[in-house]
Amino acid sequence: MKKVKVFVTLKEGILDPQGLAIKHALESMDYEGIEDVRVGKYMELKFSGDIPEERLHQICDQVLSNPVIEDYRIEM
Amino acid sequence: MKWAVIVFPGSNCDHDCYYVLKDVLGQDVCYKWHKDTSLSGIDCVVLPGGFSYGDYLRCGAIARFSPIMNEVIRFANNGGIVIGICNGFQILLESGLLPGAMLRNESLRFICKDVYLSIENRETMFTKGVKGAKTERVLKMPIAHAEGNYFADKETLSNLQKNNQIVFRYCKPEMDDKGINSFTYTDNPNGSIDNIAGICNKKGNVLGMMPHPERAVEQILGGIDGRLIFESVIRQ
Repeated sequence: MKKVKVFVTLKEGILDPQGLAIKHALESMDYEGIEDVRVGKYMELKFSGDIPEERLHQICDQVLSNPVIEDYRIEM
Repeated sequence: MKWAVIVFPGSNCDHDCYYVLKDVLGQDVCYKWHKDTSLSGIDCVVLPGGFSYGDYLRCGAIARFSPIMNEVIRFANNGGIVIGICNGFQILLESGLLPGAMLRNESLRFICKDVYLSIENRETMFTKGVKGAKTERVLKMPIAHAEGNYFADKETLSNLQKNNQIVFRYCKPEMDDKGINSFTYTDNPNGSIDNIAGICNKKGNVLGMMPHPERAVEQILGGIDGRLIFESVIRQ
């Protein structure tokens, strides 16, 4: 079995209201020096055998992320 | 005209759309289940609002891969009329029939309230026949969404503007004793780029809008401005 981790995050420069709300909450608790908070998604995929990397990118591009607003990172 | 209202697991405005088309406007209308694979004989498809597939992954992301959507995409590419409302708009974005994407509302809140829309392009089949609204330029109907903050990158946005694909913008009407006489773009409920509330494709046969026209079809519902959009399509 092969486990693949996929991290999906909003593209740089796209407003992340959730991240902003978390940042404000942290600041209101007097945590200092926080420049930015970005919220993303973490997904685990388990495959019965090896999966070509190209196929993984297809899965991420077509389904797991929306390339208009999101980037993704794959960890094998 | 023969209409089809697509029903996904989690759609919840399908009956409202069916009701306005069948009972209010006397149209020939049927439901199509997400597992159906044919739209033969259909002139206009409505993708209704709701929470298809529980909004899992992203709003509209799973619905986009349901069997009927292949047929909806083919239908739209052949010039068939498609109206996506709220979650239906999100599905159109995910499927690539319309450009851009939806982000969470700037306020992070689910917003359910009446808004005013300015008709930005009066030449589309969805707006050309809008007659009988108080101003014929500003329509009132409700929004009900948490992810209606429309986003498009610079190039996409400038193409939308250039090709007159922005059909509706959120606006704030200026009232006088005779009613609405003008409007400004100072109201934007969800943070949408360029105040965008609804867009169409370049060809003009696919409309996506976050506000709910099907919830404004009788005076008892608070207004009839939404009905005018359906009537405009019927008049074509």
